Amino acid sequence: MAEKKRVYPYIPNSEPRIREAMLRETGVDSVDELLTDIPAELRMKGRMNLPVPFSAEADLKRHVEGILSRNITSGEYLSFLGAGCYDHHIPAVVDEIIGRSEFLTAYAGEPYEDHGRFQALFEYQSMMAELLDFDVCNVPTYDGAQAASTSLRMASRITGRKKALLAGNMNPDRLRVVQTYLDPVMSVEIIGWERDSGLLDLEDLGSRLATDVAAVYFENPSYLGAIEDQGEKIARMAREAGALTVVFVDPSSLGVIQPPSRYGADIACGDIQPLGIHMNYGGGVGGFICTRSDRKYVEEYPSRLFGIAPTSGKEWGFGDVAWERTSFANRETAKEFVGTHAALWGIAAAVYLASMGPKGMADLGKVIIQRSLYARKVIGEIPGVSTSTPSAFCFKEFVVDLTRTGRKVGEINEKLLSRGIFGGKDLSEDFPELGQSALFCITEKITMRDIDRLVEVLGDILC
Amino acid sequence: MTSRIRPFHHMRWNEPIIYQLSVEGQRGILVPEAEKEIEQIVGDGLSSIPGNMRRKDLPNLPEMAQPQVVRHFNHLSQENLGADSNIDIGQGTCTMKHSPKINEVFARSHKITDLHPYQDCSTVQGILEIFYRTEELFREISGLDRCSVQPGGGTHGVVAMVSMVRAWHRDRGEDQQRDEIITTLFSHPADAAVPKAKGYKVVILPPDEEGLPDLEAYKNALSEKTAAIFFTNPEDTGIFNSRILEFTELAHQKGALCCYDQANANGLLGIARAREAGFDMSFFNLHKTFSSPHGCGGPATGLLMVDRKLGVYLPVPVVRRNERTGRYFLDFNLPKSCGKVKAFFGVAPVVLRAYAWIMSLGADGLEEASRIAVLNNNYFMKKMLKVRGCSISFPRHPGRVEQVRYSWEKLKEETGFGTGDVQRRIADFGTHYWASHEPWVIPEPFTIEPSESYSRDDIDEYLEIMEQISRECYEEPEVIRHAPHNSTVHHIDHEYLDDPGKWAITWREYSKKYTGYFQER
Amino acid sequence: MTEGRSRDRKVLGLIVNPVAGMGGAVGLKGTDGRAVLERALSMGALPRSPLRVREALEALKRIADDIRILTCSGDMGALESERAGLPTEVLPIGAGPFTSAVDTMEAARKMEASGVDMILFAGGDGTARDIAGVVGTRVPSLGIPSGVKIHSPVFGRNPAMAGELAGLFMSGAKVALEEREVMDIDEEAFRKGTLRASLFGYLLVPSERRFLQGGKAGGGKSVAVELDGIAQEIISRMMPGDLYLVGPGTTTAAVMRRMGCEYSLLGVDAVRDRKTLGTDLPGKYILDLAEPGRTWLILSVIGGQGFILGRGNLQVTPEVIRVVGKERILVAGTPEKLKGLFGKALFVDTGDPLLDLELCGYTRVVTGLGEETLFRVER
Repeated sequence: MAEKKRVYPYIPNSEPRIREAMLRETGVDSVDELLTDIPAELRMKGRMNLPVPFSAEADLKRHVEGILSRNITSGEYLSFLGAGCYDHHIPAVVDEIIGRSEFLTAYAGEPYEDHGRFQALFEYQSMMAELLDFDVCNVPTYDGAQAASTSLRMASRITGRKKALLAGNMNPDRLRVVQTYLDPVMSVEIIGWERDSGLLDLEDLGSRLATDVAAVYFENPSYLGAIEDQGEKIARMAREAGALTVVFVDPSSLGVIQPPSRYGADIACGDIQPLGIHMNYGGGVGGFICTRSDRKYVEEYPSRLFGIAPTSGKEWGFGDVAWERTSFANRETAKEFVGTHAALWGIAAAVYLASMGPKGMADLGKVIIQRSLYARKVIGEIPGVSTSTPSAFCFKEFVVDLTRTGRKVGEINEKLLSRGIFGGKDLSEDFPELGQSALFCITEKITMRDIDRLVEVLGDILC
Repeated sequence: MTSRIRPFHHMRWNEPIIYQLSVEGQRGILVPEAEKEIEQIVGDGLSSIPGNMRRKDLPNLPEMAQPQVVRHFNHLSQENLGADSNIDIGQGTCTMKHSPKINEVFARSHKITDLHPYQDCSTVQGILEIFYRTEELFREISGLDRCSVQPGGGTHGVVAMVSMVRAWHRDRGEDQQRDEIITTLFSHPADAAVPKAKGYKVVILPPDEEGLPDLEAYKNALSEKTAAIFFTNPEDTGIFNSRILEFTELAHQKGALCCYDQANANGLLGIARAREAGFDMSFFNLHKTFSSPHGCGGPATGLLMVDRKLGVYLPVPVVRRNERTGRYFLDFNLPKSCGKVKAFFGVAPVVLRAYAWIMSLGADGLEEASRIAVLNNNYFMKKMLKVRGCSISFPRHPGRVEQVRYSWEKLKEETGFGTGDVQRRIADFGTHYWASHEPWVIPEPFTIEPSESYSRDDIDEYLEIMEQISRECYEEPEVIRHAPHNSTVHHIDHEYLDDPGKWAITWREYSKKYTGYFQER
Repeated sequence: MTEGRSRDRKVLGLIVNPVAGMGGAVGLKGTDGRAVLERALSMGALPRSPLRVREALEALKRIADDIRILTCSGDMGALESERAGLPTEVLPIGAGPFTSAVDTMEAARKMEASGVDMILFAGGDGTARDIAGVVGTRVPSLGIPSGVKIHSPVFGRNPAMAGELAGLFMSGAKVALEEREVMDIDEEAFRKGTLRASLFGYLLVPSERRFLQGGKAGGGKSVAVELDGIAQEIISRMMPGDLYLVGPGTTTAAVMRRMGCEYSLLGVDAVRDRKTLGTDLPGKYILDLAEPGRTWLILSVIGGQGFILGRGNLQVTPEVIRVVGKERILVAGTPEKLKGLFGKALFVDTGDPLLDLELCGYTRVVTGLGEETLFRVER
């Protein structure tokens, strides 16, 4: 390649004189002399055919923002979408902290130079453990789906069994990830659920529980929004069959709803996205796994666990607990792994929980329940629309059945969109038994006026 | 010349644990309250919760006002050393480079942060266009044809590749027969760990005397049982396997797929690609080579590229463009898909940053980045090998691409100090290094990767630090023995991290085991 | 316990073989046996141990207030210990003009009885062998390399490092302990130019591996974890009804341990359907047991040079190997043990050159659960 005149702002040594001087000191005339290990047949022929770059920052800004301007955000429209990703309010302080370059641009330093990251994530673990009423929480995994998968693999290693029973009313997107992750080491069976109540079918569960079942997995709230209140019974049935109970839980509910540890769950998992992380088109996800501080459990975590330790200077010190366990594999024929997951989102959740405090989390749960009760009531009053089945108590999401309107969800959502509203997630493909139904979500950002507007527009569309 | 060594001292706030800052009654942020009318209609809401499911106690979270929250976390951030603040070349294999600030402006724009994944495609044309254009860019960068941005990191990229391998062989009815995956000793450890987690047997090729994967051993290992090969190249030693084409051709002859771990592709952009080397798939860490910041360990992306024949096995959904309307959409209709590897569609802000980075540099700029990374590395190596006690792994093969695995074996023999000791001491100079993955086949290893972001002065400063530490090992052992001196904390007692009776993974567990400063209850 | 002494002080046993290493300088391959020693002395050999011990004890001075030394008279330890200013208690051993293996063994016995925390010894393979014969893996031990023969991985890399490691261990730092082989060569044969090493026992040695915190993917495993993974892998491959001949070594012992089977560390054991049929079997008996097509041989890498046959397992005769067949030989080794051998080969020396030739080529070594590493086999 001919020596170029261009000096790149991100590449200081592209400056020709420096480049020359460094080549000289390295003892070569050109970079090509340093690449002789790459034989001709492997060398790229010609140049990459890439678009002409926007070398000036001003031009790049214009280009990228031009593309992004074609997005319409949940803030610009009124959004009732949830289904695993939630438009909660993000406290400004969260963005401020995770935008700090010391956190944003750090990677894997030792506790001596990256003390702050270790402490922040230890505090994240500590606050999550309190929220979940468990003793141990990990550094975030990729997402809730992986946390669920890993929880099931942990259960398999602990029990020495290879089958997972998964609630039929679980999040279908998550189910697909779990299936990929468990294949072919564990097999999966789906537990039925009651169409009327929206809760798990315990008879069906009972018929499936056998000596090969490692874990019974359900979600709380379920994908369809219902609070599963049979947890204690489910956990007892699982325990009697020698299986563990794994519960996926929405952490934003835990200011007012009992955490899984209190109805017999052995492992609680979930996604921290609702705790102060922007939706990011589904990229703002991070998983958590909580258990008792029982060595049997702790040693099966594949993820990093930061612990607190004394130092010779009497400071709080931190480091990886039981580092070896990441490769411990006592029963399973396969191991899991750690890597770069979602640590920054863990710090975000820490700042969020510290800001919210106990009362904030309780207030959050309360207002969400009140507004979603109201929404469920007033939407259900629209002629042809039903919100009464499944009938169970819901936290922030509920099923809106539009079957009797004779219209398709897709069609209605299109109309809502034209009026500036993102309607609920269409359930007709994943849950055909629900007919033309949609899953609506109410967060604390949705006001009474927003709900009333939805009702009004829906009424207009449907009449 | 005056010394470049700085009288550095890391920030030391002696910051309390957040629970120690809690003051009853304080609030950090207030939450909206339900409207009066709603309250009249539905009541307090809480009494509607099934009795056994209502949490009556408050979770034990700290109670803090906002200024104290901000100060606490600012202190913690100041006790952290980001790539923006140091000459971050000591974390070889990880490609620490500058994350351009304009890309942060993009990534923080509400036009991307506030998008819901289930919005109608017509409302997310911008981000879909970014995904689509990124795929087009990577076709050129890799030479391969189809893309998934779903994997959430490098290890996750390996997960996706293993899942693709299984889907491919299953489709051919050979899944049961092909249960082995071959990798090399100096490929990234994930290339062995992930296949094992996904039920494969792993066969590891040792290096030959030049540090290259032993070709004869490879021929011996290949068989009708081989499902795929998983190779990193250049390997973690920095050595490029120039016979890679022989490896991939032999694998194909046996019906195996060839998977390339290009988590770190920083020495090869525009120079050598997966396609020419005969690979069927490759993944790229957008948080390494393509500049997205590492975020203390994620969120990240291991973008996957595959050959055309493998396109139908990609994780769902894939982004497509309707040629007639010019509109972008998500295609879930891949019946042979290997499934999903991540919730929703991937980490959009990371993809966006990578896109912007590539678009700011273009073909020439990307190649310049790699060429300068190679130059920086070789410049550093030449000088580093003059530092007393330091040597290179596999001296019979001196060529290195973008990183080098060095050894302090001689230092250890002559002074008793090894790489762990140097690592403790280097924290006193405002930078750091990472030893290397275990097992330490190279004795007392460390891996340096001076990517294109570092100036000659930066590199010289780092070298001077290494020289000084080496000198201290020989002449002032006490300085090394008690290091770090200028760090946030002093020597950490690891026994509290390894002993189940002593460890505390949360403050709550600490409080159950201890009172005060580690006084057992 | 001696009264009046603070029990807080940890006790380090120090045994110096004062004549170790004297043969090397004058071209003798070791000083085992009085005749050879006298020959060495007459050839003008000078004691090498004291200097080496002095170097090692330097590192212990820092913790002089926290430990005391229990050692033997004169140049068997007391001289250097006192010279280093360490609190020293002397056992009445080694006062004579010539010390011998008997003295070493006697010292080790007394030290174990008095409950020392660790034995630090200066010598070579012969000294290690003497100590292993007495204390085995009951007392942590570490060698200061000062003999001619250093084939056993029970020594520090150099005297200073041995001292450092001993100091670290004695100061109460968390140091992992590993069972390591004590090898010794047949000196008579060695002097004639043949290297024939045998496995004589094991010592419990502090490991130099330190787990670094903060790595980003995967982590260091302790040898115990590595061994367990290998054991699981091998057990998972065992066929019902087949006979398994399990060679000597800690790696193969881990297999037996995990199955809950009785085993010998140094001998060849036979096991079928997870039941031990016999331990430490002689070669002829092994041949009687072996049945073509139904018998497997489980071997591990013995010693630092990478031998899988012909060192420490001569009971596995060429006849046995022929009955078993090359394809039924399973080789196992921990990554930790193998790490020095990458880029090199494994070796066979069965005593039958033709058989050795047949065994050459590539072999898969089980290095973990679901994991094998390829190695070249040479003779």
